[in-house]
Amino acid sequence: MLNFFQLILIYAGIYAIMAIGQNCITGYTGMLSLCHAGFFCIGSYATAIICKTFGLSFWFSLPVAAIVSGFVGLLIGIPTLRLKGDYLCIATLGLGEIIRNVATNLNPVGYNSIPRATLFGYQFASRNKLAFIFLIWAFVLIFYILFQQLAHSRLGRAMIAVREDEVAAQSNGINVTKYKISSFVLGAAVGGIAGCLQTAYTLTVQPGSYTFMVSVMVLCTVVLGGMGNAKAVILGAVIIQFISYLPQLTGLTNVIPAQAKQIIYGLLLVVMMLCRPQGILGRDKYRYGDPRTRKEKLHDFFVHPRKAKGGKV
Amino acid sequence: MGEILKIDNISVSYGSIRALTDISMSIDEGAVVSLIGANGAGKSTLLKAIVGQEPLKSGSITFAGETICQTKHHHGGLTTDLIARRGIALVPEGRHVFADMTVEENLDMGAFMVRDQALINKRKEEMYDFFPILGARKKQKTRSLSGGEQQMMAIARALMSAPRLLLLDEPGLGLAPLVVQDIFNKIKIINEENKVTVFLVEQNARLALRSSSYGYVLENGKIVLEDKGEALLLNEKVQKAYLGA
Repeated sequence: MLNFFQLILIYAGIYAIMAIGQNCITGYTGMLSLCHAGFFCIGSYATAIICKTFGLSFWFSLPVAAIVSGFVGLLIGIPTLRLKGDYLCIATLGLGEIIRNVATNLNPVGYNSIPRATLFGYQFASRNKLAFIFLIWAFVLIFYILFQQLAHSRLGRAMIAVREDEVAAQSNGINVTKYKISSFVLGAAVGGIAGCLQTAYTLTVQPGSYTFMVSVMVLCTVVLGGMGNAKAVILGAVIIQFISYLPQLTGLTNVIPAQAKQIIYGLLLVVMMLCRPQGILGRDKYRYGDPRTRKEKLHDFFVHPRKAKGGKV
Repeated sequence: MGEILKIDNISVSYGSIRALTDISMSIDEGAVVSLIGANGAGKSTLLKAIVGQEPLKSGSITFAGETICQTKHHHGGLTTDLIARRGIALVPEGRHVFADMTVEENLDMGAFMVRDQALINKRKEEMYDFFPILGARKKQKTRSLSGGEQQMMAIARALMSAPRLLLLDEPGLGLAPLVVQDIFNKIKIINEENKVTVFLVEQNARLALRSSSYGYVLENGKIVLEDKGEALLLNEKVQKAYLGA
């Protein structure tokens, strides 16, 4: 049972990273994209090819996975991001399928027995789940902090403005195309890293595991937790993973068919839209309206550490 | 003072439909110029063309000596955000406020191009002084503001970037007459005290012409009349068509 909880935590972490990427695209910039499985796939394949075919280290494959999937994000983004709402959704859905089909045709059986990742001489073996929990959740923490910073930065501010109102954003001197593409590329790169970590854990890559359902699940995670809130999407990932392993957890695999989770996701989305469209935790507060100048911020940081954290003065 | 915006023979089409035909206009620095016309005359299209949201079929637009809009043939023009950076601020029709943000955050967005936080703070204080209602509501979500308050906020947001030219698209749309009067008074003050050139598009011809030094009348995508503000108010044609006299 403990073993099983650990497995869920590992997958929750991987999905949390994907959801943080999706949140950057959908939550901050407001673009409904449905091809995160594609970026996940690219990251996984990049890692598999680098580690297996070229025999290079996992740590080398990590940035490569991010760069390659970010680059594909750029290629997809430039033509499609001028589309809006449902149209963008359909276009990205198609592109996600293209990525999966290319992967399938590239190597229909996928890659097996990929070399393990090592860190300071320690080998990450799949049976030692605790090590993976630490590894993956360390990445979750890093991305959480990064994207939290991003949301309150100039870049994040521009993305949120694009989400709220494109016409107003443009009139205020914000280059909408530039920020849409940056957000898409960032989200894609993070999706690639999630794929890389998953490969490090499973040590196999199969094209069948990057279906449209994965994209839907990631989107579900973001909607469930709360769009535009990095903390919320991590919570969403944990909940979604628990739901997806519910039959095994309760020991009712004979009674509840595996497909039941798809029904549950769908129902969950409907219920969320009806009762709490902003997600469980809702949107994050905007915090960029900080009236202090940079000098004052530095001063507060060193002299009044509590105030610097945004506490009441 | 010299000319700040020059519109030279521009035409704009939506597919096969001509929205604007051979429009030429000139706006002097420091002036309040208004454009009046009925629904569908092409008023909003003209503003969109100035800020680079509608491609030109012919002609060009020059702002402070620099060509900002051109036909595709001549490498097109600048994008909207770059035009905003040159100092043209548009208050779009229907206000387009960031509804889920507070008034203060909206003003912060308006100052996106300004990098100096001290200057942003100073301008915000100026805006709260100038529009006291915004000062009182600065922590409120814009969604909860009334139409008139939202319009004032949209104007304040546009002023945050300290533009040289302020474009207003129907600032009085859907507002009570008293509120509209108030907004027009504010526009006048902005023009006189902040030395901002104002180009406003309005259906309320009387009010618009009264507060402008110069006016243009747009009909079916063509400029049919142009004159000093007071002169247009007395013009027989204008009185008949737009003032209900």
